[in-house]
Amino acid sequence: MLTLQFIPYDEIEDLNSDQRIRKLLRMVKDEKIVLMQGRLKPEEETSLIETTMGGINKMFKGIEMCTIYPEEKGIEILSKLRKGMAQFLVGHREGITIIGPANIIKEIRRDPNKIQLLTTIPSPRKSRSAKTKKNVKKAKKRRR
Amino acid sequence: MIKIIKNFIKRILNELFKKRGHIKLGIYGPPNSGKTTLANRICKDWLGEEMGAVSKVPHETREVQVKEKVTIKYKNKELSFKLIDTPGITTKIDYEDFLKYKISEKKAKERAKEATRGVIEAIKWLEDMDCVIVVLDATENPYSQVNITIIGNLAARKIPVLIVANKIDLKKAKIKKVEAAFPQYDVVGISAEYGNNIEEFYESLYRLVK
Repeated sequence: MLTLQFIPYDEIEDLNSDQRIRKLLRMVKDEKIVLMQGRLKPEEETSLIETTMGGINKMFKGIEMCTIYPEEKGIEILSKLRKGMAQFLVGHREGITIIGPANIIKEIRRDPNKIQLLTTIPSPRKSRSAKTKKNVKKAKKRRR
Repeated sequence: MIKIIKNFIKRILNELFKKRGHIKLGIYGPPNSGKTTLANRICKDWLGEEMGAVSKVPHETREVQVKEKVTIKYKNKELSFKLIDTPGITTKIDYEDFLKYKISEKKAKERAKEATRGVIEAIKWLEDMDCVIVVLDATENPYSQVNITIIGNLAARKIPVLIVANKIDLKKAKIKKVEAAFPQYDVVGISAEYGNNIEEFYESLYRLVK
């Protein structure tokens, strides 16, 4: 089953860069595709890549990520200034960021006007509750 | 606050060294775009020696490589810089991808581990650069998030960028698409392997670094 998790900007607004990255990665490692309102700052994006690289292991192969935001081409200087001021005051709320685990999202194909997520169905992972149920069954058998 | 002061001092020191000709020119890009092939081309043209090994297997360069001083001559003018070739930046590394190239599992795992360290190292070097050449494979879709992240980061740090659309010798190469993806940057199409359009590249490089 594929889980899409939406994160409104309000949810990460008060977090510092480290906390934001940790929150996003925690969800992605839990095999969720995160749809985040707004976008990370450029330095947060590189930090996210750095942290991802540090966390790669047998189970976690990395992330696929894509950010879409309105193009600034043709915007007047005054509007740009207004936009810059708004960003300073309320953060990078515009646009949307998609982040998912690389074992589920094989590729994100992005053209200016469309996004395609090429996904694979993840192999069923045994949840903690399933493991506990199994252990209880084993214990019952032993008792018999 | 400390970070701001640190960056301010760093910027002043960088400016001082830049004026004395110690410009740090970095080569960045995704894996297998031809960064080391370009670094080798520059070094072979002006120093007569290569910089690093290249191969078809991604993440061949897994450590930052530095050539302390490269001097190029363009229209009776000299240009000296420190050339820094970096490992390819990516958001995912799977050792199983290396197995396709007939690499043993043990070596593939080792390569993957080194590659992750290489990406971290490449990102750490970003803030030290004075100018950057971003090498993109012109046969691939330029709208990848890694490309956007690298270029966005350099723009945020106000580091001058030259985009190289590499592999123009291949039929699938589309320079126009690269130009359309990054309209605010100077894009030069070359074949680092065969030296196609290399003169125009040096001209653009001179404009970038001067």
